[in-house]
Amino acid sequence: MSKDIREADVPDAGVGAGSRRRFLARGAALAGGAIGAGAAGAQTADNTPPNVPAWMKQEGQPLSKDPYGLPSPFEKHVIRQGRGDQVMPGAGSLQSPLQHLRGMITPNGLVFERSHAGVPDIDPAQHRLMVHGLVKRPMIYTMDDLVRFPSVSRIHFLECSGNGSRELRSPFGKSVQISHGLVSCCEWTGVLLSTVLEEAGVDPRGKWVLAEGADAAGMSRSVPMEKCLEDAMLVYAQNGERLRPQQGYPLRLFLPGWEGNISVKWLRRLKVAAEPFMTREETSKYTDPMPDGTARQFTLLMDAKSVITYPAADHRLRQKGFHEISGIAWSGRGRIKRVDVSVDAGRTWRQAALQEPVLDRAVVRFRLPWQWDGGEAVLQSRAMDESGYVQPTRAQLIAERGMNFGYHNNMIQSWKVGSGGEVTNVHA
Amino acid sequence: MSMLELRTGVALVLLLALPAAAQTYGFGRPATEREIAGWNIDVSPDGAGLPNGSGNVAQGKQVYDKSCATCHGAKGEGKPADRLVGGQGTLKSDRAVRTIGSYWPFATTIYDYVYRAMPYNAPQTLTPDEVYAVTAYLLHLNGIVGADAVMNAQTLPKIRMPNRDGFVPDARPDTANVPCRVDCR
Repeated sequence: MSKDIREADVPDAGVGAGSRRRFLARGAALAGGAIGAGAAGAQTADNTPPNVPAWMKQEGQPLSKDPYGLPSPFEKHVIRQGRGDQVMPGAGSLQSPLQHLRGMITPNGLVFERSHAGVPDIDPAQHRLMVHGLVKRPMIYTMDDLVRFPSVSRIHFLECSGNGSRELRSPFGKSVQISHGLVSCCEWTGVLLSTVLEEAGVDPRGKWVLAEGADAAGMSRSVPMEKCLEDAMLVYAQNGERLRPQQGYPLRLFLPGWEGNISVKWLRRLKVAAEPFMTREETSKYTDPMPDGTARQFTLLMDAKSVITYPAADHRLRQKGFHEISGIAWSGRGRIKRVDVSVDAGRTWRQAALQEPVLDRAVVRFRLPWQWDGGEAVLQSRAMDESGYVQPTRAQLIAERGMNFGYHNNMIQSWKVGSGGEVTNVHA
Repeated sequence: MSMLELRTGVALVLLLALPAAAQTYGFGRPATEREIAGWNIDVSPDGAGLPNGSGNVAQGKQVYDKSCATCHGAKGEGKPADRLVGGQGTLKSDRAVRTIGSYWPFATTIYDYVYRAMPYNAPQTLTPDEVYAVTAYLLHLNGIVGADAVMNAQTLPKIRMPNRDGFVPDARPDTANVPCRVDCR
């Protein structure tokens, strides 16, 4: 269970531990040298004009240093982070560092993660997808089979329905990473689920499909057949490379615009049935309790949402004058049509510019120029999508759903800029 | 009739003879019954998927004490993992307690989830008898069955959970914010 897979990632030429240690030592020396030079440049030597920087006076790192490219050592703080509340080491979430991301695409190493019983170490050669139940031809597919099918690539957001769940009762996240970091946007490549279901021949009585993961949670969700045939994908690649283990390697379900949990990772089985299976994750979890004691079930679509990622909580504005307010917006109902930004807690709003391309159910970057006068300000963003849906306020959500719902919280977020430039998470 | 026409005719007959939704790619292979049986672990509310076997409350206490109590508490009170017992009557309150007894709509889901995912460090290792037994015990701790209850493929789907009718369909969009620009509040 707690097998350390990082050990397996260390290059080992298979020529004995001694040579491997030497390799590691040399790698560490090179890396240390790089960091040392950098740190020295930053702290002791002055590498700014008119001096010639130290890194111009010696040859740089060999090209072979990182066969799989890594970020600069100076970017080592740009990592995913949890909320620090997980009971089991493999059951919890890691939030994406939204405050450090630019544009619309999330790099693979920074895509948020939510797993329920750890990340399985799956050998793709032994992974199988079983398709059975109410089908004419129960089938088994290898990964080689699945990549032979006609493929599609689509850019879509993926959001955990628990993203922002802690923000309802009180301003919880000390940064936008913690408050809103359970959303990412990638280019996903795979085969349409409809293609594979047509191969098996779905019985007309088949209205739901159980999707089951090959992790230790045996993650299982029931998916309406309509969605399976409309735009569901069996995904094996993200942003050009095979899925990361944390994202379901070697195969995951992907349901555009829907809550992340139902895009079952490590997909091993699809079972067609007439009725939903009422799994634990679609009854006791991922349901939305209402004030009258009932709970909404199969609340699968993620409604329009936006958040300002700069300036945001944990930032400090050091100078008056120009600051570009920047953030992200997305909607499970389609394209984002407009994002408005307020700097006065919602009294007045200005329309932000949307960065092209604005894609169906994808993250869009918005920006608004702002002159900070050095006084207090409360920043908010409000997304509208092509269906006409407008991102709600916290008060509007509570009026409809009470205080017990946590999933699907898409309330307008407020960041307060203090007179000293410090930015904090507030309810406004 | 020329050879070409003959071939075309034969091809047409073959095409028409195929079922309407024929396989078009031919990748993969048929799943055998034995293969399906090994992976087909889900259990539905109507009892479909429940295996042979049975277990009672007393046996379930033994399974629970050995495999569950460390994470879920001596009597299902929770901590560090989810609370499993109590909370009935709290769902309308501001601090609802959602457990198997107060929230779960189907008893069959207990069997399905315990077998597939519990215990956390050794899923799919309990026998059907053990899963039936611990299911009976959890239902008993929640006051849903008596101390002499026996769970099996016949009795478990008949259990009516207290919150069976507590779930409603998605009602969104349920808010109608107006994109006001000036003098908004």
